[in-house]
Amino acid sequence: MGKTLFHKVWEDHAVRKLPNGQTQLFIGTHLIHEVTSPQAFGMLRDLGLTVKYPSRTFATVDHIVPTNELVEPYSDPLAQAMIEALRKNTKEFGITFFDTNTGKQGIVHIVGPEQGITQPGTTIACGDSHTATHGAFGAIAFGIGTSQVRDVLATQTMALSPMKVRRINVDGKLLPGVYAKDVILHIIRLLGVNGGLGYAYEYGGEVFDNFSMEERMTVCNMSIEGGARCGYVNPDEKTFEYLKGRPYCPNGAKWEDAVKKWKSYASDKDAEYDDVVNIKAEDIKPTVTWGINPGQAVFIDENLPLLEELEGSDRATAAEAYEHMSLTPGQPIRGTKIDVAFVGSCTNGRMSDLEETAKYLKGRHVAPGVTAICVPGSQVVAQIAEAKGLDKIFREAGFEWRGAGCSMCLAMNPDKLKGNQLSASSSNRNFKGRQGSPTGRTILMSPVMVAAAAITGEVCDAREVFGFAETVSA
Amino acid sequence: MAALEKITKVTGRAVPVPGDDVDTDRIIPARFMKCVTFDGLGEFAFYDVRYDGEGKKKPHPLNEKRFEGATIMLVGSNFGCGSSREHAPQSLHKFGVRAIIGLSYAEIFFGNATTLGMPCVSVDKDTLHTLTQIVESHPDKALTIDLEKMTVTAGENSYPIKLAETAREGLLAGEWDPLALLLNKPEDIETVADRLHYV
Ligand code: SF4
Repeated sequence: MGKTLFHKVWEDHAVRKLPNGQTQLFIGTHLIHEVTSPQAFGMLRDLGLTVKYPSRTFATVDHIVPTNELVEPYSDPLAQAMIEALRKNTKEFGITFFDTNTGKQGIVHIVGPEQGITQPGTTIACGDSHTATHGAFGAIAFGIGTSQVRDVLATQTMALSPMKVRRINVDGKLLPGVYAKDVILHIIRLLGVNGGLGYAYEYGGEVFDNFSMEERMTVCNMSIEGGARCGYVNPDEKTFEYLKGRPYCPNGAKWEDAVKKWKSYASDKDAEYDDVVNIKAEDIKPTVTWGINPGQAVFIDENLPLLEELEGSDRATAAEAYEHMSLTPGQPIRGTKIDVAFVGSCTNGRMSDLEETAKYLKGRHVAPGVTAICVPGSQVVAQIAEAKGLDKIFREAGFEWRGAGCSMCLAMNPDKLKGNQLSASSSNRNFKGRQGSPTGRTILMSPVMVAAAAITGEVCDAREVFGFAETVSA
Repeated sequence: MAALEKITKVTGRAVPVPGDDVDTDRIIPARFMKCVTFDGLGEFAFYDVRYDGEGKKKPHPLNEKRFEGATIMLVGSNFGCGSSREHAPQSLHKFGVRAIIGLSYAEIFFGNATTLGMPCVSVDKDTLHTLTQIVESHPDKALTIDLEKMTVTAGENSYPIKLAETAREGLLAGEWDPLALLLNKPEDIETVADRLHYV
């Protein structure tokens, strides 16, 4: 029997079995940011320890950066204290920091791939739950807690229990107007927000073969929303093509060796999986959430579920969701008025997301009363987008164009919902209070769907607004 | 590293925190995570559940006088889902919580809580219901979680609990924080580093 990529990488990185049955796993690449690292550095100092392999940790600042205020000191002294703590910690321990003046700063899950730090066949850890994003490159990447950030700093290892592997095949061709975001929202809706507990998800099939690296990242990013701690796609020519020439990738003769090694990690044809799920691409339509977890989702042309149709705790959570969202069971989600439109985040804040969205925003304008912001995921994305004139298109359409950071994805910077505002958002979480106001409401969708909602002022079918509809029936 | 305390029993009064899928944003809203140490996080635990927009207390068991000082929480299923942020278990620990009894937990939360020496034990629905009733009618009564016998005791009655074996062993052996173990064979770590093509 062949092996999966997960098992090959795991075996390669296993240091030893611990007495409690867990594995001490070597972490090849450690990414840190300002929110979950300062306490870990504090713990190191308290214990008189140091960083074992400083060259294997990379830092950036993303969550607290005010994307509308690019000069320091920031008006929020807590945010200023956090960026300064990271500067001090990285300097003291000799860690590379993509600071705001490097032109490379951005959301940690965008910076890693962009700099070529994220590589196939490696283990990657970061004190952030969306670390699975890096799995798009065939890395085993997981989110960890602050104590584990400490463990990785001190030993470059952590204690982990093995996982099962579920293969998720999406075969066929996606219909026009259906994006990677719809694929992952659909998967989570099908398998549930806890469906992935104990599993690593291996995504494959025709749709993933055809996906760009950025689309693969969008899907892997939200693995955790389906309960899976990591998710990955096997490395292929697209992976290598994306990585070639990136700053932290091997070059010259070493490049060929690296590619050979990387290829060897891909799951064997006869690999054995603990579970296999098959999905038909043609069954997926543009998907939006209606509730307070990412599994509470419907196709844009569906009506919201009736409470009677749901069971047990699903029903209770749905009732809570309807109350919070002020939505009515059985009604269509279309036509729900929005107040805010947000394009950005580590799910959908990359170049291809902005390009695709700009394509449809061009020559159109945001509806009156809607606040719309576009936040590039990194300074590199911002620079390329600006060089291509995307900032102008967004601005002319009535969007604010921001600096790089997490912005509206979560409430750790000035971008927050007010009161019970409803946001059409390209980010990954719709938990109560996630976007800053305890009564704020979030509807997750693809960036092009956010653009359509921004223009019409309501949740709507981008395929109709932008004329994909003819292509669909054709 | 100094030796850790062996955790065999947790005794304390309990407070029910109803609901399934209680996520980390609910436990500690992101806006309170702007901090460089975990100190002081306790007062913000469940902030938006406990207080309204004006900072006035909302009706919630965590605000009730009779549950004040409780060190065990009774929770539903998939508790702690959402983010990997350790701020969530840290805020509960700082709030005074020493153990959680519930139906089930999100994986990362469970791991983070265990590393703090805060056991998250599971019970079945009927037991949770019974315990909640006991705690509601006798909030002054202490519960005892016994990790050796794998029971929770309320007065005369004991109920079975579940806890992943790795977590249980770690707590009982005083090895719930894995760092000491991870540190003790540096040469093994170096061997793996040397063998990997990219390090
Ligand atoms: S964009 Fe959102 S989900 Fe991604 S790292 Fe930032 S806060 Fe987390």
